Amino acid sequence: MTCWETVQAYGLRSLGIGERLLPRSDFTLCDQFTLIGSGMIWNVYFGFFALVSGFLLATALAVAKANPNPWLRKPAEWFIFLFRGSPLFIQFFFGYFLFLSLKSVHPFFDAFTSAWLGALVVLFFNTSAYSAEIFYGALQSIPKGDTEAADAYGLSGWHRFKRVIWPTMLRLAWPAYTNEAIFLFHATTLVFFTGFPALQQRGDALYYASYFADKTFNPFIPYPILAMYFVMLTLVIIGVFGLINRRLNKHLPQTQIRKIRLRPNLIR
Amino acid sequence: MCYLTTGKHLAFYGAFGTVLLLLAVTAPAAMIFGFGGAMAARSRVLPLSWLGRGYIAIVRGVPDIAFFLFFVIALDQGIEYLRHKIKCPDWDEPIRQGSDFIVCQAAKMPLGNSPQWIHEAYGFSLAVLTFAIVFGAFAANVLYGAMRAVPRAQLETAEAYGMSPRQTFWRVLVPQMWVYALPGLGNLWMVLIKATPLLFLLGVEDIVYWARDLGGAKTPRFTDYPHPDWRMWYFLALLVFYLCFTRLSEIALDRIMRRLTHGQATAGGEAQRKALT
Repeated sequence: MTCWETVQAYGLRSLGIGERLLPRSDFTLCDQFTLIGSGMIWNVYFGFFALVSGFLLATALAVAKANPNPWLRKPAEWFIFLFRGSPLFIQFFFGYFLFLSLKSVHPFFDAFTSAWLGALVVLFFNTSAYSAEIFYGALQSIPKGDTEAADAYGLSGWHRFKRVIWPTMLRLAWPAYTNEAIFLFHATTLVFFTGFPALQQRGDALYYASYFADKTFNPFIPYPILAMYFVMLTLVIIGVFGLINRRLNKHLPQTQIRKIRLRPNLIR
Repeated sequence: MCYLTTGKHLAFYGAFGTVLLLLAVTAPAAMIFGFGGAMAARSRVLPLSWLGRGYIAIVRGVPDIAFFLFFVIALDQGIEYLRHKIKCPDWDEPIRQGSDFIVCQAAKMPLGNSPQWIHEAYGFSLAVLTFAIVFGAFAANVLYGAMRAVPRAQLETAEAYGMSPRQTFWRVLVPQMWVYALPGLGNLWMVLIKATPLLFLLGVEDIVYWARDLGGAKTPRFTDYPHPDWRMWYFLALLVFYLCFTRLSEIALDRIMRRLTHGQATAGGEAQRKALT
């Protein structure tokens, strides 16, 4: 098989399109690049949707945590503590088995036991909690002058939040939020190692990498390929978030813009 | 009551000990790796400095789980390869034959005829080494930052007193850097706690392994356990265990930090002084 034929056969293998059987012997470099790259589709899918939906919940949670009313504050605090205080690995297991038992109660939960939805829900809650903590920190450090100026202009309620507080919060939180996004994408590699089944061997990049490592008993090829893909993904994320960062800081003199620094904090 | 004291349950409780043991061994080991890495990174010998920086950058840039999966096999094969070279020098077949990794019998690690507990201990120490390598890079990053945070004037004073670079490092820099390193190290400790369930991926029979095993009703008709699928509750217990552990660590770290900032000329120390008066 030429390399192009391999790409055609396995390029969308992780979605179940193309050749059904995975290669079993005589693995070429092309096989490994194609299949691991195909698995990246899942990583991008999980990361992207969890990030977008998590952003909304995180904003709500951060505002709730900063609220003086204990009926709003306490639940938000507990939610954040619950998901930041326990390992994501255990959260995945618990979530999977929770959905599994709910499935026998009501068929509505059928979809949740498969990775595409169930794992996404867990990742969504997890990233919401981490981002909410970042946003909460940013809310606490909004310069007093900004809110006073908003008051002086007679802004209040929703307008005050939308026009002044929210943009400033995002501006302050953005560097830390970029790191959170990078780590969310890294964390998506856990999905298929935690109960969630990879039906018909449709797995993510790490799933295929470990498949090759198991079959060839040689970890020195698949894992560096995986690492390369992830470094590329990380660079893309930094690029996109950098563009947004520039837009958020458009009105400031160029020297004041806070540079995004990559400061990862490993596993959650 | 008998259900909770079956042999497997005792193994499950023992596995909590495994996790605590892992933490107790890994934390100092990672500190040693981290200290070495930070020292190498600020070395004046250029290759050594590259080595230190490269170690920090590579481990931090790549998904951690990939590293855990990679190092266990890589370390295992590396050790067997070295033993093979030393013990069987007259072996002429190649070690990698297609998909197989073949070394002579004497080089197997652990030896094929050794008892079960040695296999387990070997697996566990590989896991510890992997954790130490990965977390060492993060500790190295924290310590490297802390070493640079020590005021420059302190080091210049030491030089002015005629101390050699080595003396400056050990007598002035190292004692002062801990205050700056503690927040980062505390954070790292929390992350380390949350990374312990990954032991499961390294093939150690830890709490995740037992929780999966004990909770499951193997097959509905023929099962060892007098309950349906309880894995959810077992994992809920693990979740609570980790939450309590994290909370306790948070409180302890708070205490240490308060003790360390006491009387320091920093914002934290100043706030403490104001609160008293």
